[in-house]
Amino acid sequence: MATQDTINAPAAAAGRQLNDPALLRRRYAAERRFQAYGLFAISLALFFLVVLFSSIISQGWTAFLQSSVQLQVALDKSEFTDSDGNVTDKSIRLANYNKLARDSLQNALGLEKLSRPERRDLRRLLSRGIDVQIRDVVNADRSVIGQTVPIWVLASDNVDALLKGSIDRNVPEERRQLNNRQVAWVDKLVEDGVLKKNFNWGLFTFGASSQPETAGLGVALIGSFFMMLIVALVAVPIGVAAAAYLEEFAPKNTITDIIEVNINNLAAVPSIVFGLLGLAIFINFFGLPRSASLVGGLVLSLMTLPTVIIATRAAIRAVPPSIREAALGVGASRMQTLFHHVLPLALPGILTGTIIGLVQALGETAPLLMIGLVAFVVDYPSTPMDPATALPVQIYMWANSAERGFVERTMGATIVLLVFLFVMNAAAVYLRRRFERKW
Amino acid sequence: MDQQVEAPAKATIRSEVVDPKVTSRDVCVFYGEKQALFDVNLDVPRNAVTALIGPSGCGKSTYLRCVNRMNDTIPIARVTGKIHIDGQDIYDPDLDVVELRARVGMVFQKPNPFPKSIFENIAYGPRIHGLVKDKTDLEQLVAESLERAGLWNEVKDRVHEPGTGLSGGQQQRLCIARAIATKPDVILMDEPCSALDPIATAKVEELMLELRQNYTIMIVTHSMAQAQRVSNKTAFFHIGYMVEYGDTKQIFEDPKDKRTQDYIFGRFG
Repeated sequence: MATQDTINAPAAAAGRQLNDPALLRRRYAAERRFQAYGLFAISLALFFLVVLFSSIISQGWTAFLQSSVQLQVALDKSEFTDSDGNVTDKSIRLANYNKLARDSLQNALGLEKLSRPERRDLRRLLSRGIDVQIRDVVNADRSVIGQTVPIWVLASDNVDALLKGSIDRNVPEERRQLNNRQVAWVDKLVEDGVLKKNFNWGLFTFGASSQPETAGLGVALIGSFFMMLIVALVAVPIGVAAAAYLEEFAPKNTITDIIEVNINNLAAVPSIVFGLLGLAIFINFFGLPRSASLVGGLVLSLMTLPTVIIATRAAIRAVPPSIREAALGVGASRMQTLFHHVLPLALPGILTGTIIGLVQALGETAPLLMIGLVAFVVDYPSTPMDPATALPVQIYMWANSAERGFVERTMGATIVLLVFLFVMNAAAVYLRRRFERKW
Repeated sequence: MDQQVEAPAKATIRSEVVDPKVTSRDVCVFYGEKQALFDVNLDVPRNAVTALIGPSGCGKSTYLRCVNRMNDTIPIARVTGKIHIDGQDIYDPDLDVVELRARVGMVFQKPNPFPKSIFENIAYGPRIHGLVKDKTDLEQLVAESLERAGLWNEVKDRVHEPGTGLSGGQQQRLCIARAIATKPDVILMDEPCSALDPIATAKVEELMLELRQNYTIMIVTHSMAQAQRVSNKTAFFHIGYMVEYGDTKQIFEDPKDKRTQDYIFGRFG
């Protein structure tokens, strides 16, 4: 008993007892408060995420539909022959497709003779790009010349807007982009089932265009693909090699300390500075072409390099030293230790870091503006040396256009970009799980 | 008791060993400015177990790691003096350290199997040293190594399962099997039983007694009982000096040095 008294003495002397209710209350309250802060922070983040996505999706989903008209085009042979009566590449190129399309539309609406303003109004229901669309059909199979074939051609962006409800029919005619006559024609075409909204493949295949209905992400997707390929081929091997050397081979001295600090600094350099660097070195010094995805990829590689190096170093450092000792202990050289044991164990971390770096590069805009990837590129780039754009840059360019069609395309392209980012992040998570080993 | 300690006369500590396997002459180890080991002279007999005992931080592990040059992996470590194995200077600049480590196997304090299959754990060493010609050879060597480490009967049905799935004692014996797979003649063990329970420890000790017929074993241990059970010779280290070295029986029953007596009879450490 005596011992127990001495043990209890200090607490008792301080007037404290076990389960002091005031103390407990304070501690529980503090814990609850802390949890509430956490919940609040998470809810706030989720709330903004939901607002962001709902606004992007609600404004952007219509970009995945596009109005087009099915025309019965009478491909009259006389339109496609030159003065000698032969069908040549040139004569096909010179055919009056606008007239063909307008005549077919006039037939579809069952209209008789039209006045000049009526003809103009009628033509404006169709996209300006229809000549290319009809010519493509003719070029694909010349035997259609002389026949009447059904061809889906794009409607103009105003018709598209009317069908999507973004042109208000109740607005007075003089302030509306489509006059009453045009609205009536559109309604008739919809009623006949020849004008409707189809899935917008053009969004993924068309290049740059001043008309929203013929503008697409085709060039940007190819450009972004080339750039990701270059980043993966340049930044990943160099970054992993640099990290492995710094972690496993480099002596620890002032020079490596300076290198380490500067790699961390490099990761914090604003991306536009990398654009300036690319402009000065790759374009002005090495004379690589402007607007080429090669230059974009190299600049993004430089930008991604520190991320890859830092992630790889962290992953290598997380490999337990006992594994290195085990390998060295059985007589593996340092190279063998690195390649047989350390790198395989660090792989999940390296992959995650690399993919995060790629995702960063995919969404990067500023440095690409500096090296001329904001070009108006109509044709697909076939090599990384050809002019191209990139997804985020395309979004930036469309966001600067006033037409209603471009507004929805801006959001649509944002959705496409976000889907890519999600897929890549999911891949990172999957690969991490897949390669993670336990010991 | 600091670095003022007087080094004992060399003659008293060399202990007469006929035809030693490992000989050390004036081995000093420095970690940067700090000297961790002072003039160790030690002749290790072949095909016997030599125990290195002493309080923590006395330099016994540091000395052990000199024998397969594991200290090379620590950038600030510097070793002076000479160590010969079978008359070959292992600090000869022309000597390939990788070759040395294949000949001087090491077992660590914590079992550290590779996160691979049991088979791969053992096959790795022979494979990188080109000790086997073909798959049959390799399989035979793996089985033989496991057998020698007393693990074959326990794992023969699951050699392709991960080595990390074994129990602690089995993992340590796997590491011993991995060490003997490269056909070493010296095996260094750095407190191999400190992470094991008594039953696993007994198995590893039994294994050491068996292995000492063919291998020269050097073991660092904190357990004096273990040193007495398994070793033929014992060296007592204290603050970087090797204080006393002799037959295990003599060291434990009739230590000459005051510090050895104090340590062995439990007055410090």
